[in-house]
Amino acid sequence: MNHLSGELVRRYARGDTEIPADQLWALETHLETCADCRKLLAENSDNLTELLAGVWANVQPDTEPAEHRRLSTWFATNALPWLGMTVLVAILATVLDMFAQVGPSLVLLLAPIAPVLGVAAAGARGLDPAYELISSTPRAGLYLVLRRTVSVLVVVIPVLVLAGLPGNVSPALWLLPCLAFSVGTLVLGGWLGMGRAAGGLAAVWALSVVGPSLVRDALPVVLQPVSLPFWGVVVVVGAVVLAVRADAYARLG
Amino acid sequence: MARVVGAAETAPTTYAWQIHTEDLRVKAGRRMAVNGLDLKLDTGVHGILGPNGAGKTTLIRALATVLKPVGGELTLLGRSPGGRGLKALRREIGYLPQQFGFYPRFTVREFVEYMAWLKEMPKAEIPGAVQRAIDRADLTSRADDRLKTLSGGMVRRAGIAQAIVNDPRILLLDEPTVGLDPAQRMQFRSLLRSLAGDTCVVVSTHLVEDVATACGDVVLMNEGRVVFQGTPAELAAAGDGSHPGDSPAERGYSAILGRSR
Repeated sequence: MNHLSGELVRRYARGDTEIPADQLWALETHLETCADCRKLLAENSDNLTELLAGVWANVQPDTEPAEHRRLSTWFATNALPWLGMTVLVAILATVLDMFAQVGPSLVLLLAPIAPVLGVAAAGARGLDPAYELISSTPRAGLYLVLRRTVSVLVVVIPVLVLAGLPGNVSPALWLLPCLAFSVGTLVLGGWLGMGRAAGGLAAVWALSVVGPSLVRDALPVVLQPVSLPFWGVVVVVGAVVLAVRADAYARLG
Repeated sequence: MARVVGAAETAPTTYAWQIHTEDLRVKAGRRMAVNGLDLKLDTGVHGILGPNGAGKTTLIRALATVLKPVGGELTLLGRSPGGRGLKALRREIGYLPQQFGFYPRFTVREFVEYMAWLKEMPKAEIPGAVQRAIDRADLTSRADDRLKTLSGGMVRRAGIAQAIVNDPRILLLDEPTVGLDPAQRMQFRSLLRSLAGDTCVVVSTHLVEDVATACGDVVLMNEGRVVFQGTPAELAAAGDGSHPGDSPAERGYSAILGRSR
């Protein structure tokens, strides 16, 4: 490889405009690849540090990068108030269980319908302000609704377990009904809208089970171990219906 | 970091029209709001004009694939929306609803980022794409402010940013200029023009002037049908001094609507 002549480098360093374009081109290409000739150029240039400092000052970012909060993609943010309400109700039921001694445990009676509000908020037109925007996206549909439902259950189930501790309520009795009501809300929500489905199911449960068993002061049949297979069947059938009708959840309800 | 261009992005298109409908019928509640609509739209900016209740919003919702048509044919990018292809198709669509709700505690950046996640964009591309979309919607200085602190026009621009964040091939904007001041309207129109080259932009509006200045193609709707499709100049030419209106385009609008009744 031919290296640059000292004279040419000195002219280049002075900023000589008389250097022919082809020579200039060849010189700069050579400088890019040859450390020795760059050194020669550096020896012939004045004020190099100043120039370099100027370049660095210009390429340095002058603003702080924006602060970044990691977004939770699991929670529907609009479900948070509903979750808070559910937790409050659970606490209230625990307190009543501990002091009122009304026969069947309130925690157990309310546990099956505890998650439906949060589940409804995860996919309801009226409860999610960004509903239309979200339902137009590829991720919308059953997958997103299930994801948000799981995030609700992950909060509600431990709260119910804790709430049941003072009254010795076994989670085995309410876990399947609880899942059945969550799946049922999603299934009915596909036809009626999540809000209506949740409200309807909660009302039916309150009127047909919670009320009568408080009046009669006895644990209802549906919450006794005999009924567990029934709830299991409801969960499975619900899951199958969800899978079949998955497409409907990707549209405006 | 350089982005890898996928084979799908450079593949030649195998369809004639970005949006093609034949005898499309879509219900809004119990009413048949779009009733026997034939439409062929190519790349460019298309303005959908029409009186209130003409079926503009219902049509846009059907094009955004959030409403399922009850009859007729709808083909977007050569594909029929539904079933397994729906997700892939929706990745190519940007949509700004007429009244769009949002989570008030989100910042503009978080809102657009969340929408980018919902649009299944690759994780590595999201921050850059979000910043570009915010820049194009002219919200750079407010990017980290919460949505509840923004004015109506700024919220609408945040909506525009989320619509363009995935570089859609079909961009559907329902009344996007509501709440924008004149300078922002002008900027919005230049944004539209910059997109017109490779995107099929559909803008619904009831402002005739929006269409006359920003759109290359005008579709006039009435009672769920297309009553006119042509350039703004053709729209203006349809009217004369005897028709009500303050501008040639408005006179053309009232002339055609009068005829279609």
